[in-house]
Amino acid sequence: MSGATTRSYTVRLELVDEPGELLRALEPIADNGGNLLSIFHERGNLTPRGHIPVEVDLEATEAQFEVIVDALRDAGVNVIQAGAERYSEELTVVLVGHLVETDLSDTLRRFTDCGGVSVADVSLSAPAGTEGPSSARLRLVATEGQSDDALATVRTVADEKDLRVVEPLMEGSA
Amino acid sequence: MKLAILGSGAVGTSVIELAGDYGHDVVAVADSSTGAVDETGLDAEAVLSRKRERGTVGDGTPADVLAADYEALIEATPTTLGDAEPGFSHVERALERDRHVVLANKGPVAERYDDVRALEADSAGTVLFEAAVGGAIPVLSSIGDLNGQVTAARGVLNGTANFILSRMAAEGLGYEHVLAEAQDLGVAEADPTFDVEGIDAALKCVILANVLYEDTYALEDAEIEGIDDLPGSALELAAEDGRTIRLIGEVADGDVRVGPRLVPENGTLAVSGTLNIVQLETKNAGRLNISGRGAGGPETASAVLADVGRLPSPE
Ligand SMILES: NC(=O)c1ccc[n+]([C@@H]2O[C@H](COP(=O)([O-])OP(=O)(O)OC[C@H]3O[C@@H](n4cnc5c(N)ncnc54)[C@H](OP(=O)(O)O)[C@@H]3O)[C@@H](O)[C@H]2O)c1
Repeated sequence: MSGATTRSYTVRLELVDEPGELLRALEPIADNGGNLLSIFHERGNLTPRGHIPVEVDLEATEAQFEVIVDALRDAGVNVIQAGAERYSEELTVVLVGHLVETDLSDTLRRFTDCGGVSVADVSLSAPAGTEGPSSARLRLVATEGQSDDALATVRTVADEKDLRVVEPLMEGSA
Repeated sequence: MKLAILGSGAVGTSVIELAGDYGHDVVAVADSSTGAVDETGLDAEAVLSRKRERGTVGDGTPADVLAADYEALIEATPTTLGDAEPGFSHVERALERDRHVVLANKGPVAERYDDVRALEADSAGTVLFEAAVGGAIPVLSSIGDLNGQVTAARGVLNGTANFILSRMAAEGLGYEHVLAEAQDLGVAEADPTFDVEGIDAALKCVILANVLYEDTYALEDAEIEGIDDLPGSALELAAEDGRTIRLIGEVADGDVRVGPRLVPENGTLAVSGTLNIVQLETKNAGRLNISGRGAGGPETASAVLADVGRLPSPE
């Protein structure tokens, strides 16, 4: 993955309960090229210090994200936690077919098109070189509830590229 | 009970051999071209040795067997797709005569379930088919005993495909190599299409769906993918991650699906060799697993004879 790839990040902020405080906190995000996805404002809840916790989801490149976090801190906003989106679901699939010829990196990129999904791990086994069928094991991570969409995308892309997908049996603990 | 047996292959001959142990009399036996009828009870050993030595069961015809005075017809002719013949006509003929039918043949209950049920509704006879799903494993009777509690079923329902996948995983051998070995061992047939393409497992899942949903499914309603040409590298990659690949049949949420799936290497469903396993999801009893031999003459005959024992006895 190149540094220019946009991905989703979650930032947890702590705001004092004052008018205009949220807007002030969001400014550095837009100013530095971040794309705001969602804001979760937990009004009823207070942090141990009596502040209001706010969870912001945004899209940015890795470089932009670093600048955004620094800018937030410079603006005096308390950043409790900042990082890539928290993926709570995980699924492993094995792909079989002409993986290299059908552009594996394009395949992987398209798997993440539905959003909330990232390819965490790829193992490729191409015993016959690039000719003939090869296999790849992928570990996909997804945000909550996104696994089904992720799998549906995998199926569609694989179908288009004439790849076989060995899906996990999703029945909890077999 | 007086039994007529259609089909004298692996299953039919085992039923002939074992029926006496269960207290039943075999009064008629047919293979594809001949028949033997004796309403006082056939001599099992004589029929079996004639089949072994001369390839026929008697001097009569299969039509004589269909017309014989039996109480339950055992249908053990080859499973066919589409119209499910000749099995379906055999079932029809028996039910029209108000006789019971016990099927080992999957065709009629997989491809023409509604027709079979309609005939049964107009008949004094009962149709049972435990042997058609999972061989020796009491799947359908368990589902029946659970009284509508079963919500989904999944498992390994084809021993040949399971043997191939477990050998490929254990020995790091390729598909073609293991298939040839399985054919030498008699685990796979000369034409393994039904087994490796997932059709056999799908027929069993379709039967399960018919029973679970009391609806009419046929093979065309199943999503089927086989294990043929699966490269060894796929199994290796799975193993590196503590998983393996099994041909899994699934009946859930109204859908029937068969295909190679990733399962935990030491998980319940990763049975090895030719074993089968069925996992039932229930409303009140959690998950049940039943594993055992899914094929074989005596194993399948045991399921057939268990069904005979479940038939309503004459008033
Ligand atoms: N084998 C198993 O473990 C197993 C397990 C579960 C279910 N089943 C099912 O049980 C059935 C029998 O299996 P199998 O393994 O015993 O098959 P098999 O060894 O191929 O035997 C089939 C028998 O059916 C006879 N037959 C063919 N057409 C006939 C006709 N029109 N009328 C009367 N007999 C006819 C054949 O006669 P000839 O001897 O003259 O060829 C043969 O004796 C199949 O439907 C199979 O799917 C088998």
